[in-house]
Amino acid sequence: MRLTCTVNGKTEVIDDIWPGESLLYVLRERMGLPGAKNACEQGECGSCSVHIDGVLVCACLVAAGQVEGAQIQTVEGLAGATELHPVQQAYLDAGAVQCGFCTPGLIVATVDLLDKNSDPTDNEIREALAGNLCRCTGYAKILDAVRLAAARLEKTGKA
Amino acid sequence: MSNSTLPTKQRDHISTPVSAGLGESVARPDGTLKVTGDFAFSSDLWAEGMLWASTLRSPHPHARIKSINIAPALKINGVSAVLTHDDVPGAKLYGLEIIDQPVLAFDTIRFHGEAIAIVAADHPETAKRAAQAIIVEYEILEPVIDPDFAISGKAPVIHTGGNITRHVPILFGPQDLTADVVVKGEYEVGMQDQAPLGPESGLAIPAEDGGIDLYLSTQWLHVDRGQLATVLGLPPEKVRLTLAGVGGAFGAREDLSMQAHVSLLAMRTGKPVKIVYSREESFFGHVHRHPGKLRYEHGVTKEGKLVYVKATIVLDGGAYASSSPAVCANAACFAVGPYEVESATINSYVAYTNNPPCGAMRGFGAVQTAFAYESQMDKIAEVLGMDPIDLRLKNAMSRNSLMPTGQPIDSAAPVAEILEKLRAMPLPPLTSTTEGFDIIELPGGASNATHGEGVRRGIGYALGVKNVGFSEGFDDYSTAKVSLQIINGEPVVEVHTAAAEVGQGLVTLKGQIARTELGVQRVVVHVSDTQVGSAGSTSASRQSYVTGGAVMTACKAVRDEILLFAMEKLGHLHPHLLHFRATYLLVDGEIRDGNGTLVSSLADLVQDRIFECTREYRHRPTTPIDPITGQGLPHTQFAFAGHRAVVDVDIETGLVKVIEMATVQDVGKALNPQAIEGQIEGGTAQGLGLAILEEIQVVNGKVKNPSFTDYLIPTVLDMPPVRSIILEYADEHAPYGLRGVGEAPTISSTPAIVSAIRAATGLALTRVPVRPEHITSTM
Ligand code: FES
Ligand code: FES
Repeated sequence: MRLTCTVNGKTEVIDDIWPGESLLYVLRERMGLPGAKNACEQGECGSCSVHIDGVLVCACLVAAGQVEGAQIQTVEGLAGATELHPVQQAYLDAGAVQCGFCTPGLIVATVDLLDKNSDPTDNEIREALAGNLCRCTGYAKILDAVRLAAARLEKTGKA
Repeated sequence: MSNSTLPTKQRDHISTPVSAGLGESVARPDGTLKVTGDFAFSSDLWAEGMLWASTLRSPHPHARIKSINIAPALKINGVSAVLTHDDVPGAKLYGLEIIDQPVLAFDTIRFHGEAIAIVAADHPETAKRAAQAIIVEYEILEPVIDPDFAISGKAPVIHTGGNITRHVPILFGPQDLTADVVVKGEYEVGMQDQAPLGPESGLAIPAEDGGIDLYLSTQWLHVDRGQLATVLGLPPEKVRLTLAGVGGAFGAREDLSMQAHVSLLAMRTGKPVKIVYSREESFFGHVHRHPGKLRYEHGVTKEGKLVYVKATIVLDGGAYASSSPAVCANAACFAVGPYEVESATINSYVAYTNNPPCGAMRGFGAVQTAFAYESQMDKIAEVLGMDPIDLRLKNAMSRNSLMPTGQPIDSAAPVAEILEKLRAMPLPPLTSTTEGFDIIELPGGASNATHGEGVRRGIGYALGVKNVGFSEGFDDYSTAKVSLQIINGEPVVEVHTAAAEVGQGLVTLKGQIARTELGVQRVVVHVSDTQVGSAGSTSASRQSYVTGGAVMTACKAVRDEILLFAMEKLGHLHPHLLHFRATYLLVDGEIRDGNGTLVSSLADLVQDRIFECTREYRHRPTTPIDPITGQGLPHTQFAFAGHRAVVDVDIETGLVKVIEMATVQDVGKALNPQAIEGQIEGGTAQGLGLAILEEIQVVNGKVKNPSFTDYLIPTVLDMPPVRSIILEYADEHAPYGLRGVGEAPTISSTPAIVSAIRAATGLALTRVPVRPEHITSTM
């Protein structure tokens, strides 16, 4: 099977895809984009979060064939040439990264949240990130990171 | 089917250009790669022409293997190799403390999920299907599932030598004491999983010299190497390991899982082989926290002074020993908790059964006993009509107190202060009284389970204690190689150890130590591998202490060599310095004399030389414990923490919402406060998981919930804010006065939450995790 789609603004054409492959597998193993992680491959952990046509999804639950012609945005596409995305920077500054396996998924989910809601309450943050498991941090510093990113985006008017 | 496209970026050296030294919240040097998605975890690796591995595992907990037919698997297009125990060239058994676990099962299956055969193929799906195509004929046997029965002498024997993997008795003080009040209790702890988010994974590349290069996740490269060399029939120097990015560990990566399998396949096929466990396989592929039954009897005076503690602890070690012997000893040593007692009679057993193997998990034996002794303390307080904090204060250990092993605590033990500080912290308001509260703040959250009618608040306290570092006379050391050279006019320090960074932040600390000791800004932390001596395990909260100590020692050695060189080269300019045997100092990258006068910049002095030193660091030696009395000096350092939990319980649905966790912990010296808070918050979360969510359900030897759908770890909705106070009472025996941080916060979290649920409901609650039906069925 051949798949054509746009990933982080770049058109990708991939041949010889076995139809059972997930978008996650294709990103990680065929496109050299391992940023989306594979902690469960059952839609339970959010570590594989990406955007498809602007919608936040778990890439492990999407069959590769479903993204024909779609625009896909992964964590690899967030940072600028010289600067991290403010959400990425906030995760670093808040100490929200330990092992980092949950981090790409959480960052993608946080970007999604702040796009929709520039000034979320703690409860809104919790609800938005409820599908992203982290085993290391206990989430306190992840909440800090989201608050910090929201405040900085607010200041720069990017939100 | 061929794998196409780009090789994954291999992580090379990690460097932080500008940053700070000890005591500051320094950013992780690997942080940028981790937030951009470029950090190469062991599951992200790629090599030209690589194959994928898959494992066939037993569906039965106990069976005899009558035959294995691999022919159907070999026939599948794309399959390169199918291996069984017959293909293991070296030792067919391995193990951390007792060599009892087959690399691939032969003759007997001893637990559900035991590996039988492995496959390499050109696509992970092909490998998986081929593994399923292997035909195994079993003679199904009755599993031994109850550890009490297993050690009763009446059960079938699981390993020659009997079903008692270890028995640790401790007889402390007079053994014939009586007391005014006797309080008994029986407690049970379910099987918890470490559930690190990163699956077991790695890449094995066969080398031209007949050896193998491995890139994988582990907690101790050298102990993996030793076991692998034996299994693969190779000299250790031909087994070269490099640590890939590790997605958390918590004890799950102490034992071999995929390491030998992926190596065998690479050596057989002559090609690189990658393996990545699915979440389900991860649940089968690593050991778990020991479930346990703990029977306690406390004798107390009317005034609340502990007189004696008697405890019989039976841990279920499952099918293979793993680190069970050490866990068993830890359970015994910490059976009383951070309390002084005149007499203790402890019998700790760990049993072989046909349940999943259990071994290391954060807290390592001290978690199970803490649930029991803290439940007992609450029960005693209730019987005596005493405040549970006052009861604990009355018995709290302090410096010079004796552990039940007879070992005196020869550094700070601020147990009373921890309690006082916990008690003094402000309490959160009642949820239903807060302005505009949200339904998700109530038990059951967004599922709309209650509007607050049946909700009761409870507050509970608990303390915990655990050792830091390996125990019982183990030669516990780490190695660091540190070099200094001038690159582009600037001094650059390289730090190289074999210590496993698993997320905790050792990689940051190593740089902080080098900057502090050598006064140099630019530090490159070399990726951890077996090209340098062993660092010991990333477990027992020990790496900051032992590898931190090794880096400190190697840095000091480099500094001494540089200063000696400076004296030789420049000392004649300052004859009086030599005369008084005074020395130069290395300050902020400059050589200065005793008066602080600049002698030379490092760059001018060092020029094109490389100063390099490799040093080992050992903590103070410990001793074995006496096999009859349990007396000895088994530990080098103790970590103390306490928690206060505030919970809301809906007594109609049995749902629990933890509202806040407060915690106080002595860390000796906070070398990176932000990282320490991260350990405390994360450890608290894992304790919360054991209290109310997490249990591997094993029914008749079979694991029922090997997925994140059915095994629930705390989400951001489950985890409340954590209020923490960090105490810094320097341990005079430890580098920089530090005290290991990683495990203590997990220990007291669980009993504090259960205590709070008891306070809310009035129920006894003698088992964790507490399930809604434990609350509703008895209300
Ligand atoms: S890997 Fe997709 S949700 Fe877990
Ligand atoms: S940082 Fe390790 S899982 Fe989140």
